[in-house]
Amino acid sequence: MRNVFLFIRRHFNFLFFLVLQIIALSFLFRYNKFHEAAFMNVSTELTGRINEKYNGIEYYFQLKRTNEALVKENVRLRQLLKENYEAPDSNRRMIVDTIKVDSGRSIRKYNYLEAKVVSSTTALQANYITIHRGFAQQVHPNMGVVGPQGIVGAVVNVSENFATVMSLLHRNSKVVVKLKNGGERGTVEWDGLSPLFLTLKDIPKSAKVAKGDTVLTSPISYLFPANLMVGTVYDIVPDNASNFYTLKIRPSTNFFNIEYVYVVDNRQYEEQRRLEDSTRKKVQ
Amino acid sequence: MSELLKNTIRFILFILVQVFILFKMPPLHRFITPYLYYLFILWLPFSLSRAGLTLVGFIFGLCLDYFSKTPGLHAAACTLIAYVRPFVIGLLISQEGADKNYIAPSIVSMGWAPYATYVLVLTLLHHTWLVLLEWMSFGSFLYFLGKVIASSAVSLLLVLLTELLFYRKQKFRTNTI
Repeated sequence: MRNVFLFIRRHFNFLFFLVLQIIALSFLFRYNKFHEAAFMNVSTELTGRINEKYNGIEYYFQLKRTNEALVKENVRLRQLLKENYEAPDSNRRMIVDTIKVDSGRSIRKYNYLEAKVVSSTTALQANYITIHRGFAQQVHPNMGVVGPQGIVGAVVNVSENFATVMSLLHRNSKVVVKLKNGGERGTVEWDGLSPLFLTLKDIPKSAKVAKGDTVLTSPISYLFPANLMVGTVYDIVPDNASNFYTLKIRPSTNFFNIEYVYVVDNRQYEEQRRLEDSTRKKVQ
Repeated sequence: MSELLKNTIRFILFILVQVFILFKMPPLHRFITPYLYYLFILWLPFSLSRAGLTLVGFIFGLCLDYFSKTPGLHAAACTLIAYVRPFVIGLLISQEGADKNYIAPSIVSMGWAPYATYVLVLTLLHHTWLVLLEWMSFGSFLYFLGKVIASSAVSLLLVLLTELLFYRKQKFRTNTI
């Protein structure tokens, strides 16, 4: 026993270094897997506050561009209004359905919450965006995040007033998307090479793909409503060995100057997840 | 200004510069991530004990980690260079008792060549460990090698600029021994 203490005392510095190194590495690997770490809640709140102060200054230099982006989005949404379209036949008949279920009433599945971006990076391999909206304002992990021009990422961590969003520019980010033309589904990832491009994989070679094709979110995504803009095909990477295309995608969101985003709350997320998990258990 | 106050201010400034300037810069190339923050550890006074140095390195790295949302990554690299620092200084210091006569490592206290070697060794060590950890989660060997070399070169340039811009006057303390 005495020797153990002597050993510890003699090599205290090295052991202390080892302990700290192990703590750091366990933080890192745990976070990479589960996105949680000690003090993460407190620190998100704290760094969020500092980022907000900084953003308050930086925001003034972005006002014009933000304004333009929002006006453009408003125009796009106004184009979709029902009042813009005229029904070809004006004497429609109402038919009373005999079924007791009110099929005319639609159920809201997605709810949009606006949020201000207070911090974002594009230069790292794991890029996150911090938004000024937390669980006190109904943001929870696993919510999609959409910008004025296209999808942005998914919420991974929430504190009281702030949330961190894993941006599409993250090596672990994966979003199910589809091609607008054929509807073939694939996965958008980021290869870490350039923040200007994403990679779209798993599109079968039977699909007709051309440069400039639009990529939209798929209806089977948990996080996003269908048919939101993701980006356009920039290049088709030749790969003869595979039956699937690898496509270079230019994201429609400009990650360099993003100022406002919408958090998409999928109200049936829990239900869908629970059902699928229980199915998996039953089959096993 | 007392050393503690000076280093506390440096602690905050280095993190703010790294987070709000260097991390926000549009990336030049995927291999280049400019790092400057670890200069704080290089500038810590000689008088700090080895355990203290390691602890300060850990806390400093962790603070940056909470900003960049990579808990543990920079902390691991900072702990390593903070632990290795006394060995490198012990090897490189030329004047007898320079670590007693001066407060902190600098060009004045160590001389040009030893100080440059000291910065070079710790920079390479820091970047290698940092990129190695990043490589374990994703990336390839080419990515690892390219990023260590390119980022180290850019970081060394930044350190040189910082040393020239913020020249640290250091008094020779005669009565200390």
